[in-house]
Amino acid sequence: MKTSRFALRAFRRDWRSGELKLIASAIIIAVSCLTSVSFFTDRVKRATELQATELLAADLVLSAAETIPNNYIVEAQQQELIYSLSESFRSVVVKNDNMELAEVKAVDAAYPIRGKLRISDTLFAKEYETDDIPAEGEAWLDTRLSQALQVEPGDTVSLGALTLTFTRLLTYEPDRGGDLFNVAPRILFNRNDLPESRLILPGSRVRYNLLVGGEQNQVEAYRNSIDINNNVRVRGIKEARPEIRTALERAEQFLGLAALVSIALAGIAIAMTSHRYATRHFDNCAIMRCMGLDQKQITKIYLIQLLILAVVAGLIGCLIGYFAQEVINKIMSDLLERPLPSPSFKPVVTGLLTSLITVAGFALPQLLRLREVSPLRVLRHNLTPLPINNYLLYLVAMIALLILSPWQSGETKLTFYTLGGLIITALIMALIGKGLINLLGKLQPRLKLAARYGLANIMRRSRQSLVQIVGIGIGITVMLLLTLVRTDLLSNWQDRLPEKTPNYFLINIQPNEVKEVNNYLQSFIEDKAGVYPMIRGRLLRINDEPVRADNYSNEGARRLATRSFNLSYIEDMQSDNRLIEGDWWPENRSEPYFSVEQGIADTLGLKKGDTLTYNIAGQELTGTIINLRWVEWDSFNVNFFVVSNPEALVDYPGTFISSFFLPASKKSSLIELVKEFPSITVFDVDAILNQVRTIMNHVTNTIEFVFLFTLLTGLMVLVAAIQSTQDERLKESALMRALGANQKQIMSGLIAEFLLLGLITGILSALAASIIEVALAEYVFKIDIVVNPWIWVAGPLLSSALILLTGLFGTRRVLSSSPMLVLRQA
Amino acid sequence: MQAEQLGKQVNSPEGELTILDNINLSVDQGQSLAIVGVSGSGKSTLLGLLAGLDTPTNGKVLLDGQDLSVLDEDGRARVRSESVGFIFQSFHLLPGLTALENTSLPLELLDNDKAEQIAKDQLALVGLSHRIHHYPNQLSGGEQQRVAIARAFAGQPSILFADEPTGNLDQATAKKIIELLFELNQKNGTTLVMVTHDLSIAAHCDRKVVMAGGKISEET
Repeated sequence: MKTSRFALRAFRRDWRSGELKLIASAIIIAVSCLTSVSFFTDRVKRATELQATELLAADLVLSAAETIPNNYIVEAQQQELIYSLSESFRSVVVKNDNMELAEVKAVDAAYPIRGKLRISDTLFAKEYETDDIPAEGEAWLDTRLSQALQVEPGDTVSLGALTLTFTRLLTYEPDRGGDLFNVAPRILFNRNDLPESRLILPGSRVRYNLLVGGEQNQVEAYRNSIDINNNVRVRGIKEARPEIRTALERAEQFLGLAALVSIALAGIAIAMTSHRYATRHFDNCAIMRCMGLDQKQITKIYLIQLLILAVVAGLIGCLIGYFAQEVINKIMSDLLERPLPSPSFKPVVTGLLTSLITVAGFALPQLLRLREVSPLRVLRHNLTPLPINNYLLYLVAMIALLILSPWQSGETKLTFYTLGGLIITALIMALIGKGLINLLGKLQPRLKLAARYGLANIMRRSRQSLVQIVGIGIGITVMLLLTLVRTDLLSNWQDRLPEKTPNYFLINIQPNEVKEVNNYLQSFIEDKAGVYPMIRGRLLRINDEPVRADNYSNEGARRLATRSFNLSYIEDMQSDNRLIEGDWWPENRSEPYFSVEQGIADTLGLKKGDTLTYNIAGQELTGTIINLRWVEWDSFNVNFFVVSNPEALVDYPGTFISSFFLPASKKSSLIELVKEFPSITVFDVDAILNQVRTIMNHVTNTIEFVFLFTLLTGLMVLVAAIQSTQDERLKESALMRALGANQKQIMSGLIAEFLLLGLITGILSALAASIIEVALAEYVFKIDIVVNPWIWVAGPLLSSALILLTGLFGTRRVLSSSPMLVLRQA
Repeated sequence: MQAEQLGKQVNSPEGELTILDNINLSVDQGQSLAIVGVSGSGKSTLLGLLAGLDTPTNGKVLLDGQDLSVLDEDGRARVRSESVGFIFQSFHLLPGLTALENTSLPLELLDNDKAEQIAKDQLALVGLSHRIHHYPNQLSGGEQQRVAIARAFAGQPSILFADEPTGNLDQATAKKIIELLFELNQKNGTTLVMVTHDLSIAAHCDRKVVMAGGKISEET
């Protein structure tokens, strides 16, 4: 009890004298950095997910071939979720003599739960968003259907037993993009009219949908509470379109990476500051030991102080973090398309725990040295406790923070690579750094005074210099890495969706039309449009074993096993495909060969060497899987799950498909094309592409912002490093002044020191960044990256400039230190 | 060296505090002066002002005819580098530099091309030829102070300030250091101003002033 009171008094005294303020500021900056990132990423992640849910028009979609079981609806009602029911099926829409097969969708007033419908009043008029759905007795048709039926708003059309008035042109549905190539023209009408249509009869092929929306945790709870049988397909945000999923996962990886590195850097800064605090307290402890305090009491005193520090600084950090993210939110509001959902309180708990773990992991080991101070130090000043090996403790603290981190990357693999990369980088940096310092040491006698003095400073504090080099080096490495990987990743994304990403698909091109269509296309599009054969086939057997839905437990596999495939044949592999296993077609093609996309091969359990038998228009075709391919689906080029060599499929009946980029200005050419080739169906993917682009831009902005925070923590390490040597520097500068050095000479010494330190750090950072970049590209992101040679210029330059500027700023007191210090501190 | 009506006041929570009051003092070239007095009597403050390490509140200091009070810090630094040498109680060697480098430092600050040779000679004079590449932490207290003496004389200063030069040394070593100091002082014809508690050391000097309450209470 006595010790606790003493600890509190000591805390107040130390606080007054400014000793603890250094550690507290480190914790505050660290925690506020982390919590603001956490608050903000939490909100952005939720917003991004919200936006991505637009592609489902809901947060969760349950669909089935039979009426949605009532208990699902009751459950949604009970959990106070928003829900919407809809039915979609194919039917013929008739106007006078025109008949057109259309994708019919009957919706209720709650549709869509996420996103908005867009309509226009007349053909090609300006589209606008609406919260309405077609009123009873009305229908909205898309452009293709209205053109095919040659109807205008105001006309009536027949759908089954119904007569509906065509009132608006439907230009956009959030959840339209689902199944690109099976989409017929659309007619949307009110669900209340459905019974009257008499279209749904027993045995009709109807897709029944239940759309559900609500708070993320509510939806999660709902998803977990309902008993989903095999006949119901569930799609949440994670099951949304693959390109959106990829974008989200990569965003999570990046935010996780940034936060992770911020934690590591903050830890280093706190360790450095605490080291200084401990060193300055050796004398105090020696005196307290002399006065009769035992080691246990000393430990207790500092433990209490640290606990107060961690809690108070942690709370202040959280508070600052909260306001910082509010400011960020304001700054970003122009960039963000919609207001972010309000922040949750989770980051506060995380912030406090982070503070406690950071203090325990990075400050405590330093302060524990104080218990080792010998009371004899009062007589023999040079009796300093042996430095303890802290690296294991740091590692344990890092792992604890990793587990705690709510923003940790979605993939354990990335976390593992990041952590492993950090540790290996730190070790390699320390080793090479030591080598470089020793090498420079050999040159020391030949250097000019300023350089010699600067180098002497680095060498004399070689242990500390190494910690600085590693700390700052990791910061710079991450800066380089994030800039590089970010640029590479974004350009990778942009490459996947370049400016001229195909925005139109032509399907149902008849074989005899291919040449003409191709010629026609060349007349108004700049790039060559690829025209690919498309042959419908149903998979009958794998290695002579009949394919049955029952063979698979996975819903996706069951559907794949029973539906018709679009097969194609091709001579050369497409540029956005990559061979994963096996070779492309051999010279000698004695039998049919198949090339299978890796994803579908995994789903259906196919491997190289398996034989597949398809039923194509009543004929059987058996071939061997000769290779597995990786397909870049995000490219929006025409691609197929299964392709064969041309000889195998060329004689089978089929149609052709093409995709190409057409600028908006040339849209009218398409109308002529459709007139010229009436059987061809034109599919516009511009809307979907725009959605994907918006989400990507959103993610890009977030990553750039989080990267700024990491930069801030990196600089904090620098400041901590400089502060940790401040006392010695003041003393030395005073001595140099007493010996007659002028300000310029002192400044030259400092410049030389920081430049040398920056140079060593920069070289090491460039090396580390190059290695990690290659490793990440190869093993995690699976993209091809050539290390940018500028990294070797940017690394040392950035590091020298940052260290020099921060160093000179941090040591500005040194420049003006009074030479009288040499007499006063005798 | 001449001090005229030298005074130093500082602000304290209790108001203005006079540390030095109306000090008049002159030391001729080659002469040695001991400043003695109890702790807090103003000895070190006076030394700092005389050496141009600090500026007086009033009065002036003339060093080699140059009025220090009209110079800025860099100007005073130039005077110190050209004319002043120092020896401190806690040696104040730069820990990152070897004995040789510490000794040549004042010469290097003056861009002296022969800095290394002069430093070697000076170290030989203090008997440390065999330790020139050692770092301060590899030297004993006495050896460190000998390096400090070599450093002080390396620039051939006209005046040498010593602040308790034997305060951190044992008696036997202290005696040797004082002998060395006076021997070199005599050889170089340097003016010596020394702050000390030790009256026996003060007795080696030509003159002695006793400080009390910021004033010279006695001068012999």
